[in-house]
Amino acid sequence: MGVLELLLINHPLDCPICDQAGECELQDFTFQEGRPATRYSPDYAKRFNPVEDFGPDVLYVPNRCILCTRCVRFMEDVAKEPVLNVSERGDRAYIGIHSEGRLDHPWAGNVVDLCPVGSLLSKDFLHKARAWELDKAASICTGCSQGCNITLDTRENVVVRVRPRPNLEVNRYFVCDHGRMNYRWMNRGDRIEAPLVRRDGDLHATDWDEAFAFVASLVRGAGGKAVALVSPRASTEALFFARELFRGQEWSGAFQVVMGEEAPLAGVPNLALRAERAPNARGAELLGYSRDYAAALAAAETAAVVLVLDEPDIAVNTAGALIYVGTVLPERARDARAVLPIANVAEEEGTFVNRDGRAQRYFQAKSAPGMARPAWWVFSELVATLGEQAGGHVATAAEAFDRLAASVEAFHGLSYTRLGFAGAPVPTAPAVPA
Amino acid sequence: MGYPHKPHPKETLILSKHFGEADARTYKGWVKRGGYEMLAQALTMEPARVTDIVKESGLRGRGGAGFPTGLKWSFMPKEKKKPHYLCVNADESEPGTFKDREIMRWTPHALLEGAAIAAHAIQADVVYIYIRGEFTEPWTVMERALAEASAAGVFGAIKIHLHRGAGAYICGEETALMNSIEGKRGNPRIKPPFPAAAGVFGMPTTINNVETLAVVPLILKKGAAWYKGMSLSSPKSTGTKLFSVCGHVQKPGNYEVTMGFPLKDLLYDLCGGILPGRTLKACIPGGSSVPILNREETESCLLDYEGVVEKGSMLGSGGVIVFDDSTDMVYQIMRLARFYAHESCAQCTQCREGTAWTTKILERILAGQGKTADLDLLLDLAENMTGKTICVLSDSCAAPVVSGIKKFKKEFEDYIAGRRKPVMVA
Repeated sequence: MGVLELLLINHPLDCPICDQAGECELQDFTFQEGRPATRYSPDYAKRFNPVEDFGPDVLYVPNRCILCTRCVRFMEDVAKEPVLNVSERGDRAYIGIHSEGRLDHPWAGNVVDLCPVGSLLSKDFLHKARAWELDKAASICTGCSQGCNITLDTRENVVVRVRPRPNLEVNRYFVCDHGRMNYRWMNRGDRIEAPLVRRDGDLHATDWDEAFAFVASLVRGAGGKAVALVSPRASTEALFFARELFRGQEWSGAFQVVMGEEAPLAGVPNLALRAERAPNARGAELLGYSRDYAAALAAAETAAVVLVLDEPDIAVNTAGALIYVGTVLPERARDARAVLPIANVAEEEGTFVNRDGRAQRYFQAKSAPGMARPAWWVFSELVATLGEQAGGHVATAAEAFDRLAASVEAFHGLSYTRLGFAGAPVPTAPAVPA
Repeated sequence: MGYPHKPHPKETLILSKHFGEADARTYKGWVKRGGYEMLAQALTMEPARVTDIVKESGLRGRGGAGFPTGLKWSFMPKEKKKPHYLCVNADESEPGTFKDREIMRWTPHALLEGAAIAAHAIQADVVYIYIRGEFTEPWTVMERALAEASAAGVFGAIKIHLHRGAGAYICGEETALMNSIEGKRGNPRIKPPFPAAAGVFGMPTTINNVETLAVVPLILKKGAAWYKGMSLSSPKSTGTKLFSVCGHVQKPGNYEVTMGFPLKDLLYDLCGGILPGRTLKACIPGGSSVPILNREETESCLLDYEGVVEKGSMLGSGGVIVFDDSTDMVYQIMRLARFYAHESCAQCTQCREGTAWTTKILERILAGQGKTADLDLLLDLAENMTGKTICVLSDSCAAPVVSGIKKFKKEFEDYIAGRRKPVMVA
């Protein structure tokens, strides 16, 4: 006898069909401490209430509810939008929702993580996978410049869920619904799987050695001005080696950021879905890339060589050589002289610098398709092919970061190992006022 | 007690002296009876002096716990840095108790005066009187009395509000009552912090029962020694207490007796004895939440805080429920458990699930489908429901079950063995 036996008398014990099974606190505690059998008579009915649709991504299964009220308290004290309550009394009690309200707060999805049992469920993840089939990798959300720490859950090399990973300095225990839903593109099937070089007017698949030699000759032979149009979703290491590629040449680099609506989590200071919907704009800035995208586009028209890093919506006109490095091949990039396939955020290791100047590592969650490689590796190999690489080839993300930290003043003193899972502030990057 | 019965010579009429006098409800009538004199005097006194007098009188809380009132007031911060509040618990929802209702019906000004004096003693600016939702007549009487007294300006700077409950038993628990006043769900709060540190709206708060406050003006008037002198048994229990007697007695009602009065005399003399042809079987001495006494214990029990504890029960709120020999104790205990299962606030698992499970087991025993193991299960459940929750609601459910099984085990066994005709309960 104890609290567990009492909690279970009204619990449906439908673990075999419950999404929470395998990551259920009630299940874990019952395995650890519970009685092998109940003394509750099989003749007694259990409490029954129908499933309710609480919001865009939240279902409520009242029969499994143990009335811990974490969801009620989250909405009241953290989200400051009290749409949930405890309705009724005694063993008839259940979680109620405001008669005219919906659980559609931009951070409402956190109640699903907070629920210790399978009572609040994500519609997005419903019946997608069992908890024990999932592999987990620590990552950083790419939804905005806040840099929330997340876990990518994969099943058979497919990302199926995003969950928050605690980091008291950045996102506490939470992630917003925008970030939570921002993973489907990681599983895209229409990826570039091999390096492509232009021969006789057509793009031909080739191996990396030939591709590197081909691109190196383009860069070396260009002589004139170089322009880099980069994505603020690329890793700091990739942006660093992309800059190194044109060291000693006339160069300008820029990025553009998609803007959206800001959505703060009222109860936590300095935590919001930021208007700036890119994870590494701050890192790009620290490396000398400009926000003046229009000027860079204009400069590209007369440039000798234009490098585009993972910008699928690219609209560039140039007389020079276009080198496209990306995950997928957009129509406009088909004019490129060379196309190099890279891994996306779920397929590589690297770092982002969030809006507050915090460098944070993300880890690999799944394998990259075909010959696609991390962008920092691609650029570092190009630099090596050009023969300008001091210290030889770069084999790991750690080496890439440490080389960046050694040569870029803003990052002096940081090491990849010391960043660990929680990240660290970039020494000379003062925080952006909120 | 002047209503509905004539006062019995063995009663000590302090609080109930004016019960039944319609005139006493009005402001003028109350002033004629000496009302509001002590408030005017108290407002000129040092707050600490008022507290000291109440402390000396030995007055203890009449709501159930019997905590010394003066001591409770002295817990309030001496230096007032935040607003202080006084809450009056008029949510008299304990089954078997109906004394506060009579105080509010007949002597509303006694309560208002006592509340204002207490507010002065604890330096409170605002008084909330939380009146049970089902009390319609006391509500209208109190409303009128408050309007008259406020119009007369007797309260000075003290503001008194009436707050009407919505009918939840748990809102009689002090912290649940505060949540309810704040407009929240009436869930008890975890203590500490105690109300004197962070009570209603997070401010220092004292909460007192109606009966406790109604007697304060008289203590000031006649002195602490006078009140302290009224004690028939233990010197730790002083003054008089209203007992609400219901059940199988000839004259149920409210009776005011001095502390330490024998329960036997209350039942056989004041209440006219058990119904004709019946004998006493059991008695709950302090409202439905306390353990049941059997006949021997009842007849030897002295009515003060210590005397009832000696018999294994508690004085509680003074709601005496009498059962004669025709009573089915298993049914009565099931009925009590069902009440608690209905009223549990659902915060704590032991209470939310335990009260309902207890009820189901008792219903099963009554239906003739009980098993011998059920009694042990009930006791084990009761063990898990006692002292493990935020408030004492689940303890209150367990108390009658444990004492009932201990003292009337044969009745349970008769149902289980099929020696008694099953009772189907809907």
